[in-house]
Amino acid sequence: MGILSFKIILILLIFLVSLGIAAYSTYGERKVAAFLQDRLGPDRAGPFGLLQPIADGVKMLMKEEIIPAVSDKILFILGPCIFMMTSLMTSAVIPWGTPVHIGNSVFNLQVADINIGVLYIFGVVSLGVYGIMIGGWASNNKFGLLGAVRASSQMISYELAMGMAIIAILLMSNSLSLNEIVAQQKGMNWNVFYQPLGFLIFLVCAFAECNRTPFDLPECETELVGGYHTEYSSMKLGLYLFAEYINMFISSAVISCLYFGGYNFPGLDYLSTVLSPNLVSLISVGALFTKIFFFIFFYMWIRWTIPRFRYDQLMKLGWQILLPLAILNVLLTGGVLTFLK
Amino acid sequence: MSQTIFYILASLSIISALFVVFSKIPIYSVLWLIVCFFTIAGHYVMLNAQFMAIVHIIVYAGAIMVLFLFTVMLLNLNKESEPHKRTYLKFAAILSAGVLFLTLLAAFKSTNLTPYQLPEVNEVGYIQNVGIKLFTDYLLPFEISSILFLSAMIGAVVLAKKEK
Repeated sequence: MGILSFKIILILLIFLVSLGIAAYSTYGERKVAAFLQDRLGPDRAGPFGLLQPIADGVKMLMKEEIIPAVSDKILFILGPCIFMMTSLMTSAVIPWGTPVHIGNSVFNLQVADINIGVLYIFGVVSLGVYGIMIGGWASNNKFGLLGAVRASSQMISYELAMGMAIIAILLMSNSLSLNEIVAQQKGMNWNVFYQPLGFLIFLVCAFAECNRTPFDLPECETELVGGYHTEYSSMKLGLYLFAEYINMFISSAVISCLYFGGYNFPGLDYLSTVLSPNLVSLISVGALFTKIFFFIFFYMWIRWTIPRFRYDQLMKLGWQILLPLAILNVLLTGGVLTFLK
Repeated sequence: MSQTIFYILASLSIISALFVVFSKIPIYSVLWLIVCFFTIAGHYVMLNAQFMAIVHIIVYAGAIMVLFLFTVMLLNLNKESEPHKRTYLKFAAILSAGVLFLTLLAAFKSTNLTPYQLPEVNEVGYIQNVGIKLFTDYLLPFEISSILFLSAMIGAVVLAKKEK
């Protein structure tokens, strides 16, 4: 098997897995919410309501498609497409597991091992705001525009602190390649033990970048009806909602890779001496997905526990607390690395 | 192969740049400018400078153009609200544009056009090499530009404080 065909299969696989996990995250979210609020949650479609995401998808596709007459038609359609695309793009640089052996050749379980992987993630995240802005503006609706403006200012504000948190990681790892950063966290040598403050900042910023509660002000129902997707219906609305879950999945993967060792787990070295490499690869993928599922659960847990911020509180937290803390973290990391090593 | 990609990229950049100028709706101009930035980032990748390319996208497409889009959306510019410009201002604009055109013409006249050649595989664009160059050979310009950024930041803070 050539390298190209392997990559194409890998891309397709990641694409399908992303969609599948996003679909079942919607089900998981409702189940977690029900669990936290002492309810049953969806249980009608299939056993334990497991067919609920399919029923929801069919419902979304069958609904009437309405494009407002006063909207900008091209941009109105382009908005959800861009949002979906940017949320799927990040998965390209994530190392999903240890290399697999097929025949005589060894393949990395990563679509592209570019030497600036971390910056690539950062670039794609900063582009994510366009889908929201274009959609919100093109619907020609005051609530939509307000939601879009909120989303973009929130994303720009939290990107800064996020970047600073990443810089502390880069100082430690001396590399921008995500593959390299994960490989350095062998066993339990995870970055979270060296960068607890950086991890906390990154986590808060990831919540804000994904527009999840307590930072879901762009779609604050009590003030803005539906926020940036007020005018959207049918599958275009579905794409916006769906992309949010993909964002959640991918950001959980990034958090796991940057701070929790990615596919590493204690005993990986021992296992690779006794088991066949492909089996080890499968186990390492399982380890990564366990971490990802934990963070997806964490996202939901927070959503049903903490109420939404007020907008001025959000800006204050971003600029006056997180950013100075992140800069302090960079200084501390730099100082420790210079004087103690 | 890479020559073909270069020509496609180059024509895309020129076409998108033209759309920036000729679009009737300001939002479209901004969006075409973003497309133009992406094609320029593509040129950086062709020159084996991935770091420059991604920084170009983060800074220009990810931050500056978001603010541009933000402003244009909030102002909601259209024909009716367009301010009427004075005649002498228009003349000054034409004059300065003409002077710029002349300068460009003069600059192009003295260059001898050679066919496009891909640079040999070099690693100048890699982040380690860029960093080493910046902090050794170009330290002074680097520090001066950082002071410029700092003064711009302080200026923005002062302006924002004034309104209270």
